[in-house]
Amino acid sequence: MSGELELKLRDRLAKLKRLHLPGGGMSNEVRRIEQQLEEMGNGDERDEDEIWRSVEFARHPERPYTLDYVERLIGDWIELHGDRARMDDPAIVSGLGSFADRTVAVIGHQKGRGDAVQRVKRNFGMSNPEGYRKAMRVMEIAERHGFPVITFVDTPGAYPGVAAEQHGQGGALAASQATMARLTVPTVACVIGEGGSGGAIALALANRVLMQQFAIYSVISPEGCASILWRDAGQARKAAAAFRPDAVHCLELGVIDGIIPEPKDGAHTDFDEAAKLLGKSLRSALDELKKMNGKELRRDRRARFRSYGVFAS
Amino acid sequence: MASRIDVSIEHKNSPPEPGGSKKHPNTCPKCNSHYRDDELAANLRVCAQCDYHFPVGALERIEQLLDKDSFIEEAADLRSADPLGFFDLRSYKDRIAEAELKTGLGDAMLMGQGKIEGLDFQLTVMDFSFMAGSMGSVVGEKFAQACERAIERKVPLISVNASGGARMQEGILSLMQVPKTVCAVENMRDAGIPFISVLTHPTTAGLLASFATLGDITIAEPGTLMCFTGPRVVQQTVREDLPDDFGLAESNYRFGHLDAIVQRRELKTTLAKLLRLFGHVG
Repeated sequence: MSGELELKLRDRLAKLKRLHLPGGGMSNEVRRIEQQLEEMGNGDERDEDEIWRSVEFARHPERPYTLDYVERLIGDWIELHGDRARMDDPAIVSGLGSFADRTVAVIGHQKGRGDAVQRVKRNFGMSNPEGYRKAMRVMEIAERHGFPVITFVDTPGAYPGVAAEQHGQGGALAASQATMARLTVPTVACVIGEGGSGGAIALALANRVLMQQFAIYSVISPEGCASILWRDAGQARKAAAAFRPDAVHCLELGVIDGIIPEPKDGAHTDFDEAAKLLGKSLRSALDELKKMNGKELRRDRRARFRSYGVFAS
Repeated sequence: MASRIDVSIEHKNSPPEPGGSKKHPNTCPKCNSHYRDDELAANLRVCAQCDYHFPVGALERIEQLLDKDSFIEEAADLRSADPLGFFDLRSYKDRIAEAELKTGLGDAMLMGQGKIEGLDFQLTVMDFSFMAGSMGSVVGEKFAQACERAIERKVPLISVNASGGARMQEGILSLMQVPKTVCAVENMRDAGIPFISVLTHPTTAGLLASFATLGDITIAEPGTLMCFTGPRVVQQTVREDLPDDFGLAESNYRFGHLDAIVQRRELKTTLAKLLRLFGHVG
């Protein structure tokens, strides 16, 4: 098993080296990933239980959310509200602040914690199109003023509501990605909880994509997949084991660049420590991107996503 | 008491419209008119009585739209691999093999060069009958290549879409086809290449959240379901009756998400007009 894993690893590294040639100077990152994978990869494939643990931790009601990290990592924080067309969507927060001695724009899904009122207010982190339009507006501010963009991804998915559809949910998700693809500022996305499908990728088309150790990132929820393919939402555990939404698998496939370690029993056990570890990874990701100019950043980002896919011919 | 509960469970498990789904494919689901194959094909698979637009496969769509024998297929040999070794009730490999046999296609998209009224363009056409037109690595790759070839050849891109969304069996890699195709469109945009997106029934989920809604021009056939989340799931979430035209092209048009709804018999002339208006990129 570990032999197969090693093979995947080498494949991934080869791809990474090729991918970042124009930017140059990626050897540090390659070494870091190599090391990280060695540490995480020794042993057998993750079993169903381990994968399911990630699913449970990622959705843990006490898991730190975007604003918990903002509070601990971002100085001079000022939240920016509203899409300038229709409303302010509380399921996505955005704003400006300082991080690593420079001004950054921060955009993230936000879940409510505690009682039902708080959770409903944030719509469980499920954004309407207006939320993504607010995100685009803040990205454009960042682009005009040269601020790096940091996104925090934590959503079960874009909100499946009637008004959301009427206001163009699909189009908003596509437009948000298109906006991210056009930016000439450095962008880093961190999956900090649930990376749920279209709602997640709309904020994750970034130069560097990081993922916390117990976060999940997937094309569909385990329950959704189980109810379609097994015709039984109760088979969610089995479905999760089949499509493997965990961070190690995403790293193996090259979908993310690195895994952000969490406190031993999950980020929810120690917010401060989780934030410290997240901040460290974020800082080094932003440092790596300093070497590229605007055009290179844009090219790097598009080339990265262009490379995804496995097929025979 | 117990028997009452049993009845309700049985009712819940029965299909929503028994009989309705078993209709012959040539019987109009709206008005029950029935047609011979050649009648239906001659009328572009549109019901002559009520204007219902039957689904059209990729090959037939090419025949309907393009100048005779002008289609040159490209990247025809791309085939899905099975990166996850995915197995639900059946293996992904089995499902692909079955879809290939059923449709005679290699995957859910055909890509190549074509002409309408002598005007050159790059074309992608999707086929819903191949695993619900789902977008996996092959569809994503073909679309990205189509954008690149359009840039290279300096011709517009027309994509005729029909898809249920991302192909779950390829896991996160199918989700990655969404940003991949978005990036391809952005490159095309930078190069000044016109992009016309045609939505046909149904174009939903991952397709709507990617290239299908990014056209310079976005048009749809009448009755096309085009929603990010399907009506059943939305209804389960909001637990109320949905509007009759929920997610349909007609409703999207009203809310401003479409440039036009175009009848199938006018699709070819509309595309020709657009190709003329955008001219050829120089």
